[in-house]
Amino acid sequence: MTLEAVKLAAESNTWTAIFPELMLGCLALLLLVCEILLPKRLHALIPDVAAAGILGTLVGLGLSWNNPAAVGETTFNGLLQHTSGGQFMRAFFLLAALLVCLLGRVALAKQLMPRVEFFHVVLVVTAAMMLLAQSNHFVMLFVALETLTIGLYILVSYYRTRTASLEAGLKYLVMGALSSGLLLFGIVLLYGVAGNKALAASTEQAMNYTDLARFLAANPGNYVASLGIVLVLAGVAFKVGAFPFQIWVPDVYQGAPTPVTAFLAVASKAAGFAVLLSLCGPGGAFASYGALTEPILLLMAAATILFGNIAALTQHNVKRLIGLSGVSHAGFLLLGVVAARHVPSAVGAVYFYLFAYLLASFAVFGVMTHLAGAEDSDQDLDHYAGLAKERPFLAAVLAVGLGSLAGIPPLAGFMGKFLVFVAVFKSGHGSSLIIAAAGVVLSIYYYFGWIKAAFFESWAPADDAAPLAPARTPVGPLAGVALCVLALGSVVLGFWQGPVGQWLGMK
Amino acid sequence: MSQLPFDPLLVAIATPLALALAIALGLPKRWSVRLSYVAFAVPLLLALHTWWHFSSVPHESGYAFLTQYSTGLDAFGISLKLGLNGISLPLFVMAGIVGFAAGLYAIQSQAERLKIYLMLLLIMQGGLMGVFASVDVLYFYFFHELALIPTFIMVGIWGGKDRSYAAMKMTIYLTLGAMISLVGLIALYVKSGSSTFDLIELKRYLASKPLSDITQQNVFALLAVGFGVLVSLWPLHTWAPLGYAAAPSSNAMLHAGVLKKFGLYGLIQIGLPLLPAGASHWAQPLAWVAVIGNVLVVGFVTMAQRDLKQMLGYSSVMHMGYAFLGIAAGTTVGVGGVVIMMVAHGLSVALLFLLATSVHHRTHTLAMDEMGGLARQTPVLAAFFVAATFASIGLPGFANFWGELSIFVALWKFSPVVTACAVAGVVISAIYGLRAAARIFFGPATEAMAVVAAKHPPADLGWAERIPALVLLTALLFIGLWPKSISTPINGALTPPARAVAAK
Repeated sequence: MTLEAVKLAAESNTWTAIFPELMLGCLALLLLVCEILLPKRLHALIPDVAAAGILGTLVGLGLSWNNPAAVGETTFNGLLQHTSGGQFMRAFFLLAALLVCLLGRVALAKQLMPRVEFFHVVLVVTAAMMLLAQSNHFVMLFVALETLTIGLYILVSYYRTRTASLEAGLKYLVMGALSSGLLLFGIVLLYGVAGNKALAASTEQAMNYTDLARFLAANPGNYVASLGIVLVLAGVAFKVGAFPFQIWVPDVYQGAPTPVTAFLAVASKAAGFAVLLSLCGPGGAFASYGALTEPILLLMAAATILFGNIAALTQHNVKRLIGLSGVSHAGFLLLGVVAARHVPSAVGAVYFYLFAYLLASFAVFGVMTHLAGAEDSDQDLDHYAGLAKERPFLAAVLAVGLGSLAGIPPLAGFMGKFLVFVAVFKSGHGSSLIIAAAGVVLSIYYYFGWIKAAFFESWAPADDAAPLAPARTPVGPLAGVALCVLALGSVVLGFWQGPVGQWLGMK
Repeated sequence: MSQLPFDPLLVAIATPLALALAIALGLPKRWSVRLSYVAFAVPLLLALHTWWHFSSVPHESGYAFLTQYSTGLDAFGISLKLGLNGISLPLFVMAGIVGFAAGLYAIQSQAERLKIYLMLLLIMQGGLMGVFASVDVLYFYFFHELALIPTFIMVGIWGGKDRSYAAMKMTIYLTLGAMISLVGLIALYVKSGSSTFDLIELKRYLASKPLSDITQQNVFALLAVGFGVLVSLWPLHTWAPLGYAAAPSSNAMLHAGVLKKFGLYGLIQIGLPLLPAGASHWAQPLAWVAVIGNVLVVGFVTMAQRDLKQMLGYSSVMHMGYAFLGIAAGTTVGVGGVVIMMVAHGLSVALLFLLATSVHHRTHTLAMDEMGGLARQTPVLAAFFVAATFASIGLPGFANFWGELSIFVALWKFSPVVTACAVAGVVISAIYGLRAAARIFFGPATEAMAVVAAKHPPADLGWAERIPALVLLTALLFIGLWPKSISTPINGALTPPARAVAAK
């Protein structure tokens, strides 16, 4: 490549367009510098620096929401595409990272572990997710996805003295490597076939979504391309934990530190759906192969909903329970992705669902973090006995969170499910709502069982052999405010969708 | 004609909900209890206000007090649209009356953790007012669920026998019913192609472009099964007696009295006018299931009950059978009869559940075999109970009579055989109703009762219990003696759709 070509390429590098991501990267480095420079007694402030930095980035993003330099453009020579959906996902990941930092402060206080690296990795992973959601090129996709996954390997096995955490990390590593392999193989097949000069609309830029979409539209039913698409979808399905690639979910969710479980359950899953929407959504790279992707995703969605809910029925460990319930949520979201090809409003419905899921999940994970003992992987339903009497605040937050996850009106989760259901029905897959409805009814059993454990008095006599619930952490002011905002957010968003709804309706 | 400076419907919904939120955010107990009187009275007063002014305010497509609030989903054709027509008005008023009585009874009940108890009851009350005031189909569903959730929690925490099991069973059954009806409503929304959930718009749209017969049949089937579970249509009724037997009294009053009417109300307001072909297609099967299952089978099961609250639970399932029969008949008289019956049944079953709890406080048992002779110590309670039983059987003078009579008249044209079976049901309900009253209050006291009475001499109904009971009984007698007060608006609302059915 000549210097001229490099110069030409560099001209499309609009660095301001990825200012939030750059901020996070610098902030991550700043944390490490702080640890070296600051005296030891001030180290406790470092997590606050991380949280404040994320909050600042979030505010900055909000102020420049409709920045004409960013939205609707492709930058970095087609590596990134900035859309209003991408803006939403950026804000989503920043919010998730902020909450993970808050939970991390609470959870890490119970462990003898280095603190700073945790927040450092969270920041890097968040930046990777934000780039992933805006990627318009397979190279960008793969690099961002690997940055994200490697960061999560570290976070999952962060409690390095705990066998459960290490085991989870190893499992996630093996499964993650396999999924990356599948994804990469799929990308290579697509690249190879799209670069074949003998075929119509072949392109040298086969990694670029726009060029790839043009090639796929010109070559319908190409066998190699179909195989590539299936493999790419399989790779992404691992990330979102969709059936049949969900086997890692319960073990990893149980073993990972609770804040990391929350990060995996919410942000990592949402990143997968952002990718799926940009690939299979309206105008996505695979849009012309809808006849192939649609049945696959639909079947996957139905199996995911059923598997997640049925497997969760018998769980007693709440981390496994919420992991499996998260699998079923991935199924509902997949239904939304399927509908998105035909119904424009489905994209908005998926975003709304994700946002409601974030609010509800972090409320529940927040309560879980406060209830966990030093042995983080051991969180049983029995530990919730008497919660309503001893900790009414936590119990109320838990009830709102679980109710929203279960999709009970008037909470935000209901509106999310409702909008997705309407979109699915509109897209002509009304019969799949039978499975979705059955899934909701099944899910009521275990969500309600959890609420029952926390609220209803049990008549079982105190058994000496029963595991003793770990001491409950008192709720700090910051965590208290965050939990309160999350719970109220779920309630308010259920009653009044306001600007969020207007924004979704516009799409 | 007095116009309020605010929207009476929105305030009736929002007042209880606002107080519930305030309690959740930590209002002290003394203020929670005091303000609860206000929050239960406001919906009642506003409901009476709307009743009084209903005929004098301007109407638009049959609806009065129409207002619309945007919630941000206008692009999907969803907004909080409130209004009352001739069908929702009586039920709205009934919800206000029963809610007020249930609230008063709850405040005096000295329940454990009274604050939370009142909070949940207030959420129910707000939701119930919302159900009958919503013109938007989604919000109609939404408010129903809002009112439903507290039931599960109240049964689980303050419930009686088998509360945990009962709460779980109710939750799963009712969620199943709600999900099926939600799918039905979504199907209606999408299939109609009108892209609005506004009932008035939907009606107007479907009047010009009715759905195909097959679609109507399928959607009506979804609604009938979904709403059927919620109204305890046989054989999906088993949650009801169990749940009502376990539920705390105020909750049972609101649920059995008001909330359960949601399914019937949905069939009448949405199913019949929008899907006339579907309704007439399923009328025969629905009628037979209702008459054999709900009226006869459940009727005999009710006769065999020994537990007072179980018996009331089963009897309410049985009476729902008459309502389905009226809907199956489909004429103005039949459906109008169902609306009157819904109001009457709501009042009488709430009164019976209230009195059953009062009986329980005095006998310390719900087993009717262990009671007897209570009338001597508690004549007022006995008088109320006998009156409520008469109302429930459908004696003239009470509101229930008019409801059942109109249903039978309409049913005769529909099918004389079904009518004969249904009338036999009245005999069954007379048998178990009168037998229960006789067992509890008259005859010699049983040994078990004598032991209890010696330990805790039963006091008669105090004023705290009398007032809510009196409110309910007055309403029953008022409608019973002056049925025109509610039949005029019902008639007005039902005449156009009935003509559409006749034309089919």
